[in-house]
Amino acid sequence: MGEKLLMKGNEALAEGAVRAGCRFFSGYPITPQNEVPEYLSWRLPEVGGTFIQAESEVAAINMLYGASACGARVMTSSSGPGISLKQEGISYISGANLPIFYANVMRGGPGLGNIAPSQGDYFQATRGGGHGDYRVIVYAPNSVSEMGNFPKRCYDLAEKYRIATMVLTDGLLGQMMEPIEFDFEPVDPSKLPAKDWALGNAEGRERRVIRSYDLRPGYLEKMTLKLAEKYKEIEEEETKYEVVQVEDAEILLVAYGTSSRISRSALMMGRKEGIRIGLLRPITLWPFPSKIISDLSERIKKILTVEMSLGQLVEDVRLAVEGKAKVYLHGRPSGGIPTGEEVLEVIKKLMKS
Amino acid sequence: MEKKVFARTKGLTEILMRYCPGCGHGVIHRLVGEVMEELGITKRTIGIAPVGCSVFADEYFNCDMIQPAHGRGPAVATGMKRVRPDCIVFSYQGDGDLASIGMAETIHAAARGERITIIFVNNAIYGMTGGQMAPTTLLGMKSTTTPFGRDPRVSGYPIKVCELLATLEAPAYLARVSVHKPANVLKAKKAIKKAFQVQMNDEGFSLVEIVSQCPTDWFMTPLQAIDYVDKMMIPFFPLGEYKTIEGKKEQIKPEPKKVLETV
Repeated sequence: MGEKLLMKGNEALAEGAVRAGCRFFSGYPITPQNEVPEYLSWRLPEVGGTFIQAESEVAAINMLYGASACGARVMTSSSGPGISLKQEGISYISGANLPIFYANVMRGGPGLGNIAPSQGDYFQATRGGGHGDYRVIVYAPNSVSEMGNFPKRCYDLAEKYRIATMVLTDGLLGQMMEPIEFDFEPVDPSKLPAKDWALGNAEGRERRVIRSYDLRPGYLEKMTLKLAEKYKEIEEEETKYEVVQVEDAEILLVAYGTSSRISRSALMMGRKEGIRIGLLRPITLWPFPSKIISDLSERIKKILTVEMSLGQLVEDVRLAVEGKAKVYLHGRPSGGIPTGEEVLEVIKKLMKS
Repeated sequence: MEKKVFARTKGLTEILMRYCPGCGHGVIHRLVGEVMEELGITKRTIGIAPVGCSVFADEYFNCDMIQPAHGRGPAVATGMKRVRPDCIVFSYQGDGDLASIGMAETIHAAARGERITIIFVNNAIYGMTGGQMAPTTLLGMKSTTTPFGRDPRVSGYPIKVCELLATLEAPAYLARVSVHKPANVLKAKKAIKKAFQVQMNDEGFSLVEIVSQCPTDWFMTPLQAIDYVDKMMIPFFPLGEYKTIEGKKEQIKPEPKKVLETV
């Protein structure tokens, strides 16, 4: 804490995880997230942790399933195509109420796509992603500083609620360098409270079983309704967002991650020209800041979402607004990155309409 | 005075097993339970149940248990053993789980020499889903997806897991046994015990393949199924030790190359 460092986004993410108590990582190479496993391959052994380069993303996430079940703070990272492969394991982890932390450094899709920054995995992240009724807490950083500081929040929430948590970021934030100051003291995982559900040595206690299935009629429904209770509590307690100059705004921008920085430059340029632009940045994508968007839409009648995808975030905004304001989209898919000027042009057109 | 000569092993829970009459899983469960009890490791063992008939193994083994996704046992075991090297970790898997959907996880856990034990039950069929072709189904063998018998031109050939894994450097113990006759049951127990001891001694990866019978999905009586194991399965899947720690020590080990110093 206190020391100012210059770091690459992916390395800040990895270092942040280690400082937050991560002691187990398994992953598979994929661009643009390779700095994460490369960094952890030497950093984890330094603190007595384990790094494994797995044979596939499928194996990597299942190694997490095992290591988390034994009580360790665990992590994996990947980019879109690899996260798709991990969805099976994330569904099992969610069904088994295990805490994990993972990161998706998004690239252009669909398919193999490209390695340019993108936000096309929003649906995958915020809708659970795998099979069954479940949710994952999704943090969306927009700076290297947040890349390094969000893993700690994710671990805390993961263990508080026994849930999968993730950082949804992109190749731009992963590859760029910025100053960072860690805002928390390093966590010693051996000093964390013992987990009364973890597997290991059963001396002096009943044996424990971790599973995600129940074939008895009606039981699985009850199990999933319990998950739903947890999700409701998270929605009420853990929603995070940032607002910029919304007080007098005539048009509201909604954007997260890289797009939120671009939107902020558009806002600053527009304000200089006297256009009253406001910005709402969701910091958690699930739980989504629906309430504040709903409240703002009572007063601001034009809302523009700016996203590096073709209309994903906009769906959550429309659900929150419930028809109380006009919701527009400026989306650039598959590696397209909007500029501030481009966004400002769109704003100007909307203000005339 | 009465002397107790036979009792349920403490390595198993009191829950009644739901396996079909004549199925090999009950015997194999018992052997694993007895080995855990005899080695005094039940309390510090974590077992992994597969997807398949033995998914319920998480109720039957009297140790900490986990039930993961189909075929991923060896990856889950890897995560557990690396985090808890003081615990004994075993993965109990069928042929579809281990040699079909989970083949990559199996080979790579073996190649890394993970200090885990795999109990691999090969009954040449998908039992839980109702008798479809498995990666170990014999040529000519009928299943619900090879109704005229397995034809190599359509469905290829069965996989010999022990032989395949024996080509790797890292495994410390690989053996194939059966449970279709009392003498074989005793040999199977010895092999399972050895596999667990290899892990306890931190000597490397161990796997015991158990050729077993599935009367229900083979459409046979239990006695016919035992006969089928004897006359058809074992000639194709020869029993024996494919890799032992003694044999491994005799291998010429190349000196680990020194890491090149970079400037």
